[in-house]
Amino acid sequence: MPDSRPAYFAWFILPALFLAAALTASLASLLQFGFREHIPGSLQVGGFTLGNFGRMGEWVYLRVFLDSLLLSGCTAVGNLLLGYPLAYALVRSDSKLLKSTILVTTIVPMFTGDIVRTYSWLVVLGKNGFINGTLKSAGLIDTPLELLYTPLGVLIALVQYSLPVMVVILAAAISHIDVAYEKAAASLGASPLSVLWNVTLPLSMPGILSGTVTIFAWTLSAFATPQLVGGGKVNMISNMVYQLGFSNFDFPFAAVLSMVALVLVFLLLYFMALGMRRLERVGLH
Amino acid sequence: MRARDKALRFLYGLLIAVTLVYVTLPSVVVIITAFSDKALLMFPPTGFSLKWFERAIGYDDFRKGLANGLIITAWASTIALVCGTLAAFVIERFEFAGKRTLEAVLLSPLVIPHFTLGVAMLILASEINMSRTFTLVVICHVILVLPFVMRAVYVSLRNIDPALERAAASLGASPLTVFLRIDLPLLAPGLAGGWLFAAILSFNEFTATLFVTGQRTQTLPVAMYTYVREYADPTMAAISSMLIAATVLFLVAANRWLGLERILSIQQAR
Repeated sequence: MPDSRPAYFAWFILPALFLAAALTASLASLLQFGFREHIPGSLQVGGFTLGNFGRMGEWVYLRVFLDSLLLSGCTAVGNLLLGYPLAYALVRSDSKLLKSTILVTTIVPMFTGDIVRTYSWLVVLGKNGFINGTLKSAGLIDTPLELLYTPLGVLIALVQYSLPVMVVILAAAISHIDVAYEKAAASLGASPLSVLWNVTLPLSMPGILSGTVTIFAWTLSAFATPQLVGGGKVNMISNMVYQLGFSNFDFPFAAVLSMVALVLVFLLLYFMALGMRRLERVGLH
Repeated sequence: MRARDKALRFLYGLLIAVTLVYVTLPSVVVIITAFSDKALLMFPPTGFSLKWFERAIGYDDFRKGLANGLIITAWASTIALVCGTLAAFVIERFEFAGKRTLEAVLLSPLVIPHFTLGVAMLILASEINMSRTFTLVVICHVILVLPFVMRAVYVSLRNIDPALERAAASLGASPLTVFLRIDLPLLAPGLAGGWLFAAILSFNEFTATLFVTGQRTQTLPVAMYTYVREYADPTMAAISSMLIAATVLFLVAANRWLGLERILSIQQAR
């Protein structure tokens, strides 16, 4: 690599420096707002205070955080249970048709926007939606099931929302595993289930760890899904932030909640990095 | 033993089939609903009609949102492409003080929740009297999609043989000429992939955009969100179907043109 900097160096780096400065400045003003007093009914903020951080301890807000963590955790586990078989089939299946079906169903949702994907669930889960309509015409139920605006409905939508990302992460991990290990175990008499449990799963630990944590952090940042499918009855951090900002104009407290969410996500990813390093030291990758 | 293996294989197949249905079901149901003739969301539909497509195409807020969105996407993805390429090139090829910090800041939007960034940009903008401007939305989108452009450039840069650069330099090309005549053409396919990726992300971005747009600057996803909150008719299903169809066409074209592996490698590269 050349080390002496050419004349164009400054011009190349300048636009990126500006963007980095804008991003840093916005996060700094977020921090600054967290320490300002909210004046009810006004967009102006008052003097410096620590009160916004104290309000974090109120049960309403603590509950939103606990709900968000719980929903994110369930989403991550659900993703692992559904995503692993799919990723495994994507990498190891002999059928080209199955592989391309999985690839297409995985990739297309990744590129259709949040709103389209979330709205679709309203049509599926609604009172007269697909599930209730089908069950009713089959004569299985008389009164529609409550799915929309419930934690279960939000969870169903959240898992589907993040599954493509999980499949991509897991498929990358599984494709790094040498098939020879699995074949050796099988030829020594291990049943398919035992091969999966004792060979493939342990070897895909790095993917499982990074996939689960990534989905957990990702879901913690979700907004559109809980906003529309939760309909104000199931609130995650993002929905609280939006409501505080645009209904109450309480931007100082919204800023505090946004920062706490950011710190949570960073902590999660930090612990994931620590975990990955340990796995590497064990020599699994 | 064999019977058990067969049963396991069957269960495995069933699980995959059910998961695939679960992932695709919403899109299929939305497309069917879009052709319904009733004003209420109802399943199964009782008749066939195209009126919701007519309404979606004629709806003013969607038209304005689409126009705004395309303008913002064009600016944001192109600015991100230029800034990201230059920055990624310099970061990959040279050592300088603060390089790691700069890179970490530029890549951080990958993990910052979009609502956090939205609130932060909104607060900053209101402090410097820039709220509700197009510039704000564009800058916000550039920051959000920049990491993907940089990844695309990193992936392609690592595939360039440094011997080519050295050969050009030893034949008397200035550093800038080496960049323009050697690196840039070799990077072109990767850059196209990064630009496409950035454009799709910017066009679809909803969360941060909802915070930083106003009535005048709203993009299509924001206009659609407002519509869902006000009306319950299948107009949304119609526009969603059109967007799903457009996404599929776009991906087919991207696959032909660039190969999906390249696009997925942008999604994945760290």
